[in-house]
Amino acid sequence: MTILHLCLIFSALLFSLGLAAALARSSGILVLLGIELMLNAANINFIAFWKFSPNPENGTGAMFAIFSIAVAAAEAAVGLALIIAIYRHQSSIRLQDANTLKG
Amino acid sequence: MTTFPIITLLIIAVITLGITAVALFLKNIIHCSILLAVSWVGIAAFYLWAGAEFVAFAQVLVYVGAVSMVVLFAVLLTQRKQLDLEKLTGTVGFRELGKLAAAMVATVLVIAIATTPLTGSFDAINEPVITVRDIGIQLRDNHIGALLIVGVLLTVALLGAVVVASAEPKTEE
Repeated sequence: MTILHLCLIFSALLFSLGLAAALARSSGILVLLGIELMLNAANINFIAFWKFSPNPENGTGAMFAIFSIAVAAAEAAVGLALIIAIYRHQSSIRLQDANTLKG
Repeated sequence: MTTFPIITLLIIAVITLGITAVALFLKNIIHCSILLAVSWVGIAAFYLWAGAEFVAFAQVLVYVGAVSMVVLFAVLLTQRKQLDLEKLTGTVGFRELGKLAAAMVATVLVIAIATTPLTGSFDAINEPVITVRDIGIQLRDNHIGALLIVGVLLTVALLGAVVVASAEPKTEE
């Protein structure tokens, strides 16, 4: 068991917590927050593998994590806008209520 | 010398996982989002531990600063009437199935990680091995195309978010 194993297990547990939130909650906002947590777990893996790579001075993993954070921010903005649009049509952010395509 | 980074990592991991687990199973959405902001701070602490200081700054700015504010605004915009909090937590069957699936995924992942032999040098050094200056130079020299594309992507995504979320004028009928 090395430090890299510990980092990967930390990331796997965080991913599972995000998955549990995305699957078990029915509020749209909390589902989106669970997806954000899963993205964060993936970023932790990038950083962990980069830190223990043979030549970390290249900075490839850190660069990838930065771009990944930027894309995650765009995804969060669009997702929350969609939730607000759903709320305007259904007056609820319960995902079980959002079962029609036509608003 | 080698035990100190492990202890720091364990403290960061336990605190972050504990806060996240508490946050995700609270009933009040506002409490959830504020606690999740704290757990994003924990992830930023992990990045600092790993020596990726610029990524940690970006994490604090983007997640703790921006995403948590957007989430709070979404919560406030969608909770005009007093919500039946019990209704927001899903049916019991869904909740239990979701937790069961997540627990199974966690088991499979942890077993797979723990049984994988990883070779290489694992001397945890707390010095940042890449400085902000290096990252700036790399962004300018090697990744300038990706940087421009991310800028365009963010602009398009935020404009699209405004268009989707803004109320359409009631001109029809």
